[in-house]
Amino acid sequence: MTNSKTDIQTTTSRKKEAVVLEQPYIELYEQNEETIHIHSASALNHGRRKAFEKFKELGFPTPRVEIYKYTDLREPLGVDYGLNIKRMNFPVNPYNVFKCDVPGISAYLYFVVNDAFYPMENRKSHPLPEGVIIISLRKASEDYPELVEKYISKLAEKHVDGMIAFNGAFAQDGFFIYVPKNVVLDRPIQIVNIMRSDVDFMANSHNLVIVEQGAKAQVLVCDHTVDDVRFFSNRVTEVFVGENAFYEHYKLENVSRKTTEVSTLLIAQEQNSNVLGNILTLHNGITRNNIEIDLDGENCETYLTGMTLSDGRQVVDNYTSILHNQPNSHSNEKFKYILDEESKGGFTGRLFVAKDAQKTLAYQNNKNILLNHTAKMRTKPQLEIYADDVKCSHGATIGQLDEKAMFYMRQRGISEKEARMLLMYAFTADVIDNIRIDALKDRIKILVEKRLRGELSKCEGCSIC
Amino acid sequence: MYFSTRLLVCIMLEIKNLHASVNGKEILKGVDLTVKKGEIHAIMGPNGSGKSTLASVITGNPTFEVTKGNVIYEGIDLLELDPEERAGAGIFLSFQYPIEIPGVSMVNFMRAAINAQRKYRDEEPISATEFLRLMREKKELVEMDTQLTNRSVNEGFSGGEKKRNEIFQMAMLEPKLAILDETDSGLDIDALRVVANGVNKLKSNENASIVITHYQRLLDYIVPDYVHVLHDGKIIKTGDKSLALELEEKGYDWLKK
Repeated sequence: MTNSKTDIQTTTSRKKEAVVLEQPYIELYEQNEETIHIHSASALNHGRRKAFEKFKELGFPTPRVEIYKYTDLREPLGVDYGLNIKRMNFPVNPYNVFKCDVPGISAYLYFVVNDAFYPMENRKSHPLPEGVIIISLRKASEDYPELVEKYISKLAEKHVDGMIAFNGAFAQDGFFIYVPKNVVLDRPIQIVNIMRSDVDFMANSHNLVIVEQGAKAQVLVCDHTVDDVRFFSNRVTEVFVGENAFYEHYKLENVSRKTTEVSTLLIAQEQNSNVLGNILTLHNGITRNNIEIDLDGENCETYLTGMTLSDGRQVVDNYTSILHNQPNSHSNEKFKYILDEESKGGFTGRLFVAKDAQKTLAYQNNKNILLNHTAKMRTKPQLEIYADDVKCSHGATIGQLDEKAMFYMRQRGISEKEARMLLMYAFTADVIDNIRIDALKDRIKILVEKRLRGELSKCEGCSIC
Repeated sequence: MYFSTRLLVCIMLEIKNLHASVNGKEILKGVDLTVKKGEIHAIMGPNGSGKSTLASVITGNPTFEVTKGNVIYEGIDLLELDPEERAGAGIFLSFQYPIEIPGVSMVNFMRAAINAQRKYRDEEPISATEFLRLMREKKELVEMDTQLTNRSVNEGFSGGEKKRNEIFQMAMLEPKLAILDETDSGLDIDALRVVANGVNKLKSNENASIVITHYQRLLDYIVPDYVHVLHDGKIIKTGDKSLALELEEKGYDWLKK
């Protein structure tokens, strides 16, 4: 079912570790380049060789690479993962076994098992509005080559990042969403990523979302794992938001502790567009989110929020970048973390204001609560402002729960445990309030509450996770 | 023997030689106070005399350390209990500076508090309809704006609204022993009347109040059975309500000598 790559252990030597981690993947690529091409979305093949050369040059990022200094991926990258280069289907039909049920959300629901997109065969009850396309990138490359090639990799190829280059070399497919001009989707699109394998497994995928002028779309991406093996996912999602368009992207991660996820979300906004990104990490192993939003037109609005609840040895690193390339736009960024036990958090808030981007309004805020002294948080606001008539602010705090509020609640009879729970929940409230899908908001409230109570925040009704 | 049983029945709170400190600095230096059911005690005294500390120690604020003495409440050793257990046993503190808790709605806060106290008394949780009825009734009692209970606890409330909210919570929780810590400070005369009215309506033969105040003004509305003067961590004089009037006129200096 899967192609296991060459055994790492036989060639491992500590001194050469940096080279050795990449070596099996370099060999895998060189020996299977033809196979990878044949089984890929053709649009991804054009830049593949170039991405591979870039990966050879950059290698996997180590904490010595400035932008990855909070995340050490060497241990998970040392695992001998299988890759599904020949695109074998998994013997489960997710539509039959997976009953993800956010009550009342009634989304356009799609599944990705590892890195394979599963089209829904029958959508009679809620047909997509005319012109809207939601298919695999591979099929899109065949059916709409001009559309795909106009956009694909345009954002990803600008990056000097070993993980993105690696994705460029190995990603073979992904989902493709197209919302044509002035079409407003009446319900959210939900993409459920399921990691499913009997052996340690790596998935690379490349997704493309195009929301044309005046269109509106909400996309909810849920990450799940089903099996108790080591998983590594490396996903790149490119989103192009046209003039006057609205786009909301929710990423809800609820995966096993053995999962490492590197997720890159790249968004380009044209003028008068409105984007909301909400990155929710409830349960995971090691997660690195790269989020970059380019404001390429005037009067854009951007809200980027996120929340992390972690304990055990979870690692969550959000590297965010908002680029004001044109004047008169407004961005607002807010990330909150609650870290317990030996978990580690990282946040970078890069804010770039170009020389001509006058009248920019940009606010950034990162607040963190450490519940004990073994949890660690590293936060870094990074403002690069080249314009002289702008309003930008940033704030970062790392603290504990408010003792005065704790006593106030206990004086009313609320137990210490319950008071802590209520305060932690309240701390996350303004991130949850930024969810504009009511059914999802209610669901997240319940999941967060369960998570804070120490219960596993499984989605109810989900029979395979 | 007969005598002590009788005492147990009507004595609610008995504080003996209470010493307490914060950050190593002694604030209470031997307080003695006995409160019986149905009584209202006023505690007055200059700034820094230990009035708020006394309230904090009775309610179990972990910031303060009790170094000596006893506090017996309805026959049990209060100092052994957690703050939430003391609340469950019927002790309520109206805070001098009510805390803002962004993100926790008044409704959720009140429901959590009522159910926690019910659990403490082995009672069933309150039903949704009963809770709403109670909220409506008590809001009317303290003439509180309906909108306030839809907001986060004390967040963005004016000083007067915060104090009114304290009395509203007191009305909801129906404590046996209510301690009002400078509930009158920052209130205009109308608000003061409303707050005092709320307190008076909740008064019965079964409960008691300790009213901490700077000024005699509040005692025009809430008439105390006893007035105590706290100075430098000790009660230096006890009298009836006329003592408050005398203090208003003469200040505290004549007592310090």
